[in-house]
Amino acid sequence: MTASGSGLAPARPYRQPVSRLWWLRRRSYLLFALRELSCVFVAWFVAFTLMLVVAVGSGPEPYRDFLDWSARPWVIALNVIAAAFVLLHAVTWFNLAPKAMVVRLGGRPVRPAAVVAAHYLLWIVCSIIAVWVILR
Amino acid sequence: MTTAPNPTGRANTRRSPEPMFWLLFSGGGMAAALLAPALLILFGVAIPLGWIQAPDHQHLHSVLRNPITVLVLIGLCVLALFHAAHRLRFLLQHGLRLGGARGPLAVLCYGTAAVGSVVAAYLLITA
Amino acid sequence: MADHDTIAVEVTRYRPEQESVPAPQCYRVPLRKEWTILDGLNHIKDRLDGTLSYRWSCRMGICGSCGMTVNGEPKLACSTFLTDYAPGSIRVEPMRNFPVIRDLVVDISDFMAKLPKVKPWLIRADEDEQEDGEYLQTPEEKEAYQRYSMCINCMLCYSACPVYALEPTFLGPAVIALGQRYNLDSRDQGAEDRRDVLASAEGAWACTLVGECSVACPKGVDPAGAIQRYKLTAATKSLKEFLLPRGAR
Repeated sequence: MTASGSGLAPARPYRQPVSRLWWLRRRSYLLFALRELSCVFVAWFVAFTLMLVVAVGSGPEPYRDFLDWSARPWVIALNVIAAAFVLLHAVTWFNLAPKAMVVRLGGRPVRPAAVVAAHYLLWIVCSIIAVWVILR
Repeated sequence: MTTAPNPTGRANTRRSPEPMFWLLFSGGGMAAALLAPALLILFGVAIPLGWIQAPDHQHLHSVLRNPITVLVLIGLCVLALFHAAHRLRFLLQHGLRLGGARGPLAVLCYGTAAVGSVVAAYLLITA
Repeated sequence: MADHDTIAVEVTRYRPEQESVPAPQCYRVPLRKEWTILDGLNHIKDRLDGTLSYRWSCRMGICGSCGMTVNGEPKLACSTFLTDYAPGSIRVEPMRNFPVIRDLVVDISDFMAKLPKVKPWLIRADEDEQEDGEYLQTPEEKEAYQRYSMCINCMLCYSACPVYALEPTFLGPAVIALGQRYNLDSRDQGAEDRRDVLASAEGAWACTLVGECSVACPKGVDPAGAIQRYKLTAATKSLKEFLLPRGAR
């Protein structure tokens, strides 16, 4: 696709630069970037859970110390942000589930909305079980 | 118009670790999505803010010593760590344009997840 | 022509012999309610500035030639109406993520090189003779791959994909979706032949499910869905092969 040999200047294809802030250009890109960033807070959740586990395993006093520590303003603030990101992860994960799994029941494909609804139902059930086991 | 299949030998992609990482990422994403919100909101927000009373130590300790709890939590932690590692790897590769260091980046991310997994399993079993 | 009957169209010009960097040039185009961006460009070329270069053919959204960036979004020029942007001005730029040859014409050779790699044709071990008749397919079997067969190779999905923007070695949405179109076709037996390319690091595994490809697609192909399904297929196959090395074939 060059103009060589015809007397014109040789073609110089222009490579459009990709901005470092490409993810700010569209709302959908920003949502994608936030969704990906949620992984950091998933890792924090694992760390926080392990801290709780160690505290509980060490006895009533360390457990109480952990509860006091988790009540500090900066820890609460961090966990509020983390919870928001973890919720973003969950919601985007369930909403995208039908993309990967095309389920056929009795020869007919299951509607994507039904796949999503099943995931949310599972989420509610798991949450209830977890909370019940911990608080009963 | 059709063509006959070419007999292919075992190619590199058959032994590529990418499918395994993706499966761990998927499992971790599902596990984290199902359990992380409730647990994090409970112990990270609701209990510290006093909305819900903290469970007493004896009960929580007995829950934690239950082998089912240990298995579920180990599974959750390991999968969630690999999920985070996989996403972080691509976040750094694409977001920070570190694609040139693709190999070392993958080793760093999954390696950290592996170490974290071992630590998590140890802590949960010995709690 | 009265001003309220026209609309400002800012078209990116790039003539390598004249400028080193693309720059917009503004034209006023009649604002007719049935006119598309393509009609506007044709008006510019016919009446205002014959030096403008752009690709187009069918003008009805089936040939895939007229992909462009309209006000920042990947669109087919023939399927986008001027009145949707009135009264404000319309910015028409070349498709993103491709090198610009001239004005609105981009270099699509990368896509053309990648497409044959997934062997987008029916592969069979046993070819029937013509006398044996057609290959039969039930409506359900056709439905399994039909939406992926709607691709018109317009490359708007590549224009929308940030992964392709950042890693040009990525196979890309359309190519993977077209591989799936044949993998899921009941007449095809070539899934293994496509695997090396589709399941490579530059294939499906490079995709991070941004999903913008499916948003940009003018034919509802849903390449994002095709890629996710392929990831699951390829991953479970790899897992089976790992667990049952001799059994699973």
